[in-house]
Amino acid sequence: MAQQTKDVTQDVTQPSLGAVGWLRWMWRQLTSMRTALFLLLLLAIGALPGSIWPQRSIDAARTADYIANHPKAGPWLDRFGFFEVYASPWFAAIYLLLFISLVGCVLPRSKVHWKAMRSTPPRAPARPERLPSSATTETEAEPEVVLAAAREVFKGTRFRTHAHDTTSISAEKGYLKETGNLVFHLSLIFVIVGVAVGHLFGWKGDVIVPVGKTFANSLIQYDTFSPGPWVDPSSLSPFRIKVDKLDATFEENVTGRGQFGQPRDFTAHVTTVAEPGATPKQSTIKVNHPLEMQGAGVFLLGNGYAPVITVRDKDGNATYSGPVPFLAQDNNYTSVGAVKVPGAQPKQLGFSGLFLPTAVIDKEKGPTSIFPDAKKPALALTLFEGTLFPGGRPQSVYVLDTAEMTQVKTAKGQPLRIWLEPGKTFTLPGDRGSITFDGVDRFAGLSIRHDPGKYVTLVAALLALGGLIASLVIRRRRVFVRVSPAQDGGRTVVTVGGLAKGDDDGLQEVVEDVLGAVERRLGTST
Amino acid sequence: MTNETLAGYANVSLYSAMAVFTIAMLCHAVYLAGLLPARDRAVDRSAGKAVAADRAADRELVGAAAAPAGTGVDAPGADATSADARGADATGADATGADATGAAEPASHDDVPSRARAAAGIASTTTWLGGMLLLLSVVLRGLSVDRWPLGNMFEFAVMGSMFTSLAYSIWSLKRDLRWLGLFITGPILLVLGMAVRVWYTEAAELLPSLQSYWLVIHVTVAVLATAVFTIGAAATAVYLVKDAFARSGRSSVLDRFPDAPALERTAYGLYIVAFPLWTFTLIAGAIWAREAWASYWNWDPKEVWTFVIWVVYAAFLHSRATSGISRQTASYIALAGYACIIVNFAVVNVFFVGQHSYSGL
Repeated sequence: MAQQTKDVTQDVTQPSLGAVGWLRWMWRQLTSMRTALFLLLLLAIGALPGSIWPQRSIDAARTADYIANHPKAGPWLDRFGFFEVYASPWFAAIYLLLFISLVGCVLPRSKVHWKAMRSTPPRAPARPERLPSSATTETEAEPEVVLAAAREVFKGTRFRTHAHDTTSISAEKGYLKETGNLVFHLSLIFVIVGVAVGHLFGWKGDVIVPVGKTFANSLIQYDTFSPGPWVDPSSLSPFRIKVDKLDATFEENVTGRGQFGQPRDFTAHVTTVAEPGATPKQSTIKVNHPLEMQGAGVFLLGNGYAPVITVRDKDGNATYSGPVPFLAQDNNYTSVGAVKVPGAQPKQLGFSGLFLPTAVIDKEKGPTSIFPDAKKPALALTLFEGTLFPGGRPQSVYVLDTAEMTQVKTAKGQPLRIWLEPGKTFTLPGDRGSITFDGVDRFAGLSIRHDPGKYVTLVAALLALGGLIASLVIRRRRVFVRVSPAQDGGRTVVTVGGLAKGDDDGLQEVVEDVLGAVERRLGTST
Repeated sequence: MTNETLAGYANVSLYSAMAVFTIAMLCHAVYLAGLLPARDRAVDRSAGKAVAADRAADRELVGAAAAPAGTGVDAPGADATSADARGADATGADATGADATGAAEPASHDDVPSRARAAAGIASTTTWLGGMLLLLSVVLRGLSVDRWPLGNMFEFAVMGSMFTSLAYSIWSLKRDLRWLGLFITGPILLVLGMAVRVWYTEAAELLPSLQSYWLVIHVTVAVLATAVFTIGAAATAVYLVKDAFARSGRSSVLDRFPDAPALERTAYGLYIVAFPLWTFTLIAGAIWAREAWASYWNWDPKEVWTFVIWVVYAAFLHSRATSGISRQTASYIALAGYACIIVNFAVVNVFFVGQHSYSGL
C-alpha cells in the first residue's frame, strides 16, 4: 500500500493539501461513520476497567487496600487512572471525541434533512419496473384518471406526492425516520449536558444520625460532603431532620440458602422542619422512598447500631454518656467503633472494639455476630490510655489513633478484654473508673443529594428513546407510479415501482397495495 | 409470609418444564437430522437421476421439489449463494443449479420428509408446553412470595427462559422458525439447569432496596430484552455458520435453512426490537437508582456492563448502516454484545462487588 502511494507521488503532481486542507481532512476522518464506530467500541472497552478494579470515587478504602496489596501493579494502574476510570483523561478523550464526531455528523445531516423535508419527492424513473420492487397492470382507464386515482391513494396513506411530468407521480413517506435518528443523537448531547450540570452545580453529603438526634443541613454537620466546583456550600437550604425511630427487620422465617438474615425493611421515622420557624412535620424515609426537602433529596442508605455507653471516673461522675455509632462490617452487623473519652483523668481513655447484635464467641474467628438483629447484643472492647488526638489531626470517629496511646493490660500482662451486655457495668482496673452498656440504639445513615441537572438528563434520555424507536420502526419509502399507453391501443399500462432506504422486506407489499388500491378506485369510479 | 406449598409446586412446574424442553430439544434435533437425507435425495434428483421414484418415501419429495423448481427461476428471493453451493455439490450444469434453487428454498411444508415434519410438530407443541409450564412456575413463585418474582438470579433465569421460549413460540405462528428451534431450546435447558443447580434461591421476600414498583418495570423489561437478544444471537450464530459453509462450498443441513441474507435480516429484526427495550432498561434503571441510591448513575459494575452492552449493540447498528463494513463483521459485533450480556448476568452478579448484589448466592 505504502509502496503504491510512493509510486503515484513520483508520477503525478498532487495538489498540496495545506493547513486548512489537513484540518478539513482530519474533520472528515473524525466525523466519518467508521471513526464513530471505532470510538463506540473503544468507549465500551474503556468503560470496562472501572468494573474490574475498585474505584476511588465509589469505595476509597477498597481502592487503598488494593494498591497496598499489589505494590508492583497498584501504583502503575493508579498512574494510568485505572482507579478513577470515569474521571481519567483517556476516558474523557474517548467520549469527547465521540461527541465531537456525533455533532460533526448530525449537524450536517440535520441541514440535509431540513432541506429534504421541504423539498418534493424526486422525479419518477422512466422505467419504474426496474426498481427493486414493482408491479404492473393494464387498465381501460385514461392515464389522467389513473394518476388522479393514484394521487388519492397516496393522500389516504400519508405519502407526500409530486408530479414532475404528466405521466407520473412520485410519492415519499417516512421522513420521521431520519427525524427520529437526529432527535436521538441530539438528545444524547443533552444527556451529557444534564450530567455536566449535575456535576458542576450538584452536591452530596453523608451523615450518620443516631436515633433521637437532629441533623441540620449545614456544612459542618456532615461527615462527608462533596460539592460540585461551582457550588457555594454556605448557601445550603436550612432544613432540619430529627430521627425519632428506626425500624429494621430481617428474614427470620425462611431458613434456606441465601435468604436467612437478609434485610427485609428499613424505615426511619423522622420529624422535619423545612426552615427555622416552620411547623415540624412527621414523615418516614425508606429505602426506595426518599424524603424530598427543599432543593435536596434525603435518602436512607445505611443503618447500624449505636450502643448507649456511659463512662464514669473513680468517683462515679460521668465523663462520657451517649450513643456511639459502630460501623457494620458484614451482613450480620459485626460492627467496629471506638469510644473516646477526652475528659478522663489523669490520662485520656479510648475504648476500641466490636459491637455484636447477636453475639457468639467463635473458636476460630473470636467474637462475632451470627444474625443482624439485636437478639443478644454484646460489646467486646479493649482499653487504651494516653493522648486521643495527637497533634490535633482530624481522625475517624470509628477508629482510635493509638500513636500516642498505650494498651491497658491485666496483671498477667494480657491486654484487658471488656465484655459487656446491656445493663452491665465493667469496673476498669487501677482506679480508672467504669464503663456501662446502657442499651442499644440504632442510627440512620442519611445521604443528602442535590442534582439540578437530573431532569435535563431524564427528558433528554426519554426523547432519545422516542427518537430511537422512530428511527428503527419507521420506513423511508419512495413509490413511483408511471402510466404509458399499451401496445394494443386504448388501454393504459400502470407501473408502480418502490425504492427503500436499506433493507425493506415489506416494500413489495406496499407497492402491490398501492396498485391494488388504484385498481379498486378505478373499478368503483368507472 | 411465604407459602412453601406454592413454592414447591412452582419447582415441580419448573422441573416438568425442563423435562418437556428436553423432549422439545431432541425433536428439534431429529427434525434437523431428518432434513439431511431429503437434501441428498433432492441432489440426486437434480442431477438428473430420478431413480428414487420407486421408493415410496421419495414419491412425495419429487413431486414437491418439482413444483418450486418451476417458480424458482423468477422468484425474487432466490438464494444465489446456496444455489451456487448446490450447483457445485450436484456436479451439474447451469440447468441443475437453477433447478436446485427451488429445492434450496427454506424448508417449505411439502419439502420436508414426513418423519422430520412429525418431529417438528412434536417439537413445536412441547416448546409451547414448556413455555407454559415456565409461566405457571413463575406465577406460582410470585404467588408463594406475594411479590413480583424477579428478586434474584434464579428467578431472573426462569423468567428469561420463559420469555425466550414464549417469544419463539409466538413468533413461530407467523414464520417458519423450525430451523432455529434447537438453538433456542438448547440454551434454555442450559440456563434452567444452571438456575436449578447453581443459582437456586429459596422463595422469600425482597431486600428493601428491591421493594419498589420499578422492579416490575426495570427488571421485567431487562429480562424481555435479554430474551429477544438471545433469539437474535441464536439467529446470528446460525447465519455466520451458514455463511461460512456457503463460502467454503460445502453442503450441509444448513442449505435447508433460509438463505444467509434472510437469516441476517431476521437477526437484525430482533435486535431493533431488543435495543430500544435495552435503552428503556437503562433509563428505568437510572430513575430507580435515583430513588434507591440517591444518584441516577453510580458506575456500579452492573451499570457499567449494562452501558457497555448498550454501546456494543449501538456499534452493531452503526456498523450495519456503514457501507464498506460487511454484514459478517457487523454480526460479530452483535455476538460480542451478547457475550457481554452473558458476562453481565453470570459473572458480574456473582463475582463483582457492587450495589446490584441480588444474586441470592
